[in-house]
Amino acid sequence: MPMITYREALHHALREEMTRDERVLIFGEDVVAYGGAYGVTSGLAKDFGEKRVFDAPIAEGVIAGAAVGAAMGGLRPVAELMTINFALLAADQIINHAAKVMHMFGGQMSVPLVIRAVGGGGAQLASTHSQSLEPMFAHVPGLKVATPATPADGKGLLKSAIRDDDPVLFIEHALLYRVRGEVPEGEHLVPLGKAEVKREGKDITLVAYSRMTLVALEAADRLSQEGIEVEVVDLRSLRPLDMETVLASVRKTNRALAVEEAWRSYGIGAEIASRIQEEAFDYLDAPVRRVSGVEVPLPYAKNLEQAAIPDAQRVMKAVKELLARTGV
Amino acid sequence: MGGKAATKVGQSGLDKKTLLDFLHQMLLIRKFEDKAGELYARGKVAGFLHLYNGEEAVAVGAVSALEPHDLVITHYRDHGHAIARGLDVKRLMAELFGKATGVAKGHGGSMHFFDASLGFYGGWAIVGGHLPLAVGLGLASNYLRKNQVILCIFGDGGTNIGYFYESLNVAKLWNVPVVFLCENNLYGMGTAHHRASAIREVYRKAAVFDMPAERVDGMDVLAMREATVKAVAHARGGGGPYFLEAMTYRFRGHSMADPILYRDKSEVEEWKQRDPIILFQQRLREEGVLTPQDLEQLERETDELVAEAVKFAEESPEPPLSDLYEGIYANP
Repeated sequence: MPMITYREALHHALREEMTRDERVLIFGEDVVAYGGAYGVTSGLAKDFGEKRVFDAPIAEGVIAGAAVGAAMGGLRPVAELMTINFALLAADQIINHAAKVMHMFGGQMSVPLVIRAVGGGGAQLASTHSQSLEPMFAHVPGLKVATPATPADGKGLLKSAIRDDDPVLFIEHALLYRVRGEVPEGEHLVPLGKAEVKREGKDITLVAYSRMTLVALEAADRLSQEGIEVEVVDLRSLRPLDMETVLASVRKTNRALAVEEAWRSYGIGAEIASRIQEEAFDYLDAPVRRVSGVEVPLPYAKNLEQAAIPDAQRVMKAVKELLARTGV
Repeated sequence: MGGKAATKVGQSGLDKKTLLDFLHQMLLIRKFEDKAGELYARGKVAGFLHLYNGEEAVAVGAVSALEPHDLVITHYRDHGHAIARGLDVKRLMAELFGKATGVAKGHGGSMHFFDASLGFYGGWAIVGGHLPLAVGLGLASNYLRKNQVILCIFGDGGTNIGYFYESLNVAKLWNVPVVFLCENNLYGMGTAHHRASAIREVYRKAAVFDMPAERVDGMDVLAMREATVKAVAHARGGGGPYFLEAMTYRFRGHSMADPILYRDKSEVEEWKQRDPIILFQQRLREEGVLTPQDLEQLERETDELVAEAVKFAEESPEPPLSDLYEGIYANP
């Protein structure tokens, strides 16, 4: 299997789906000459023509709204919003329209669209360009939210998202574009709403998504050297949420720690912890814990920013505290 | 006002059947709205109810200019547009009643009428929020060579939000076949247009995007039709978006909750002198198109349609509780 980057994997997904289905088209900020803010759409306009890949002005409301309209008109648009921070300007279209059309109009029409946006911090872009806003969108029934951590999942989830008949918010992570991984060539689909055990272990379950999956895996590697066997579940999608895979793991390990880059309060970790105690309380040997983003606007200074984002060190510390509480 | 003298019926090139159909539609809208208001007061209809009384000529004239495969997308004061587009008034009334037989299965209510089979793409209730959707529908029409024109209707209150400027800009850039139709009824809820917009003439806001933009007398159904026919031909011919500002007035409050404290009764009375239904009837009579018998028949037919609609809505079942959980996703 070829080793390619997350960026290349996403590019392949777009290219393959555009080749497969003429109704797939791409529009958004800087997708043509610039090739996408993170280079994912590079070369697509040249190869597919500007009828299928074209720029939109910096106007997120009309980008997202035109995607909804285009989907209602029979297309399968992939709209690029540059970053999730700017999706706030499109939140009305995403939440009030994309998520509502199917149910509010009595099931007459669905809106097959994908909105791609970059999330996460760690690149010293300061507080308005570093947020992890996926919990806000995952909160909304009618939307689907995908948050791939690896190149293979990036490709497989994006292809599934484009084929899906519902609106999918596809959130990539700013620090993952250069990460390499094995990615199957050609047809490779990862279903939306299906988590994956990325590493097996018997002592504790780490539940993560997006870049925090890699942080959890790093922590697991290092803990393994100390004799602690960590299982890592990568959610991959936040809505639909695959609790079956999480619960199966917790029933095996009896302990769980959620790892998230987003802010702690009202978050994904809170949801995971709540669902575990509701559905697997009797299996727990310790309370479910969370390692989350520190609840501050992300600062620019490198040391401050790093202190705000979970890393392997913090994850290891939390794991050890959880295990110390009960003994392995 | 438009400034032009009202179009003579005889100059419209329309036959008697069509002209009487326009009057039929306008009467049907008026009676439907009056009945809906009455049923709201009796607790049969709930939620927000925004009535279209006074603006009937805009919907009937404009929608008449469309082909069956064209699309209508509109704002939350959507009853008139839905009726003009030919949606079944029984199913519209059932939607107001929150019944399973409603056009949105009782999920949408007054503000969210929808019938995809008739190219009626909603009823949208975020002010200005559906203008970007019209751009996307226009994009799909061009891309899939559907030769569709999208009639996008909104109020004067929808021309002050960012969506308006974003959508007109992109509509022109992408050359989409959208006819933007602003129903300027002079008030955004209870705030007078001139207190909300630095530019009083809405069509001038559109003209800066280098698209044709003009004002029309929205109390004159034939003027509305004539202007929209021209706009639709422009859009269908590949000329891109076209903008119409219809000057009109709503005779009733913004919604049923509106005590109407923000405008003088004398202003309302003055506009009622230009009631689009009465004006049109007068002209049809003066030119010998409408006989007393014709009018009597139209009144009776439309009364019956509304009565049947209420009966249908009353007798229809509520949505099953399973509807609460189903139909949120196409691929659950």
